[in-house]
Amino acid sequence: MKLEILHELNAERAARRPVILVTDTESGEQRLVKAKDFATDPLRAELEKQLRMGRSANVEAGGKKLFLNVYAPTAKLVIVGAVHISQALAPLARSLGYDVTVVDPRTAFASPERFPDVPLVAEWPDTALPPLNVDPYTAFVAVTHDPKIDDPALLHAFERNCFYIGALGSRKTHAKRGDRLRAQGARESDIARIHAPIGLAIGAVSPSEIAVAIMAEITAVLRLPPKEKEEAA
Amino acid sequence: MLDRDEDILKAAEDWQKAGRGVALATVVETWGSAPRPAGSSLVINDEGTFLGSVSGGCVEGAVVTEAMDVIESGKPKMLEFGVADETAWNVGLSCGGTIRVFVEKVG
Repeated sequence: MKLEILHELNAERAARRPVILVTDTESGEQRLVKAKDFATDPLRAELEKQLRMGRSANVEAGGKKLFLNVYAPTAKLVIVGAVHISQALAPLARSLGYDVTVVDPRTAFASPERFPDVPLVAEWPDTALPPLNVDPYTAFVAVTHDPKIDDPALLHAFERNCFYIGALGSRKTHAKRGDRLRAQGARESDIARIHAPIGLAIGAVSPSEIAVAIMAEITAVLRLPPKEKEEAA
Repeated sequence: MLDRDEDILKAAEDWQKAGRGVALATVVETWGSAPRPAGSSLVINDEGTFLGSVSGGCVEGAVVTEAMDVIESGKPKMLEFGVADETAWNVGLSCGGTIRVFVEKVG
């Protein structure tokens, strides 16, 4: 691997931008394709598929055997609300490979006893969220049920273009939330991005089951091609 | 997504910049129950120091030896290993897998 390619690869990874390294395994020739350049690449379909799956693979193109090595950023999960569901959600998300952070200004909720080994930020979203570098490789859930906490958090998630945004609450609660967010300048397209009621409809009852429903929904959004995603939701 | 091999490629760059000969070994294909998926990598320098893994520990020794040749010659190599049942048992791995590893010089 040429040093320039390695340097660029490391820079993209440090910036949490996905890249795929294409290696001709016979000649050793390589090129690095940044996600923003996928659309114009001759291997477009393969690149998009492998990135979505987060899986490296061999393909044959133009008589060449190519290895596509996928470097996608580690997914993050930001949970706003150190509630009972979050106590089940945080370890579940970790087992799926997510970097998890829990945010809740209420110190009685955001306590290390309730969340052993999970990074906790006991601050209001306005203070807590900017340093977390919330980005398009972040799944974002707001589960406090308290508009004072959930609403500013959701506005931040819109701004940072999280790949998944979910919020706890019934359809009725969610309709009121939509009104409040609109009044604070949120666009209709932003509000439409919120998954609410949160989680896939699997009849979840307990906090742990709700956590499973949430992670199933996040996984579907992350992995399914756009069309099937709509069907699952 | 879920790339946990963060510091391996960083080490490859740092070692190369520090003037070491460096090789990168990457799993490019697996059959059966291989212990590490395609894309997993191992970085090796000319002192024999290495980071990362391409298996659960059974073939790293052989890869490091081959990497020394690659650093010397500058020519990439494709290696193939069957994960022998006995060896796999000793290090607590799943049995019977086969992997192909691409070894290339950095720089």
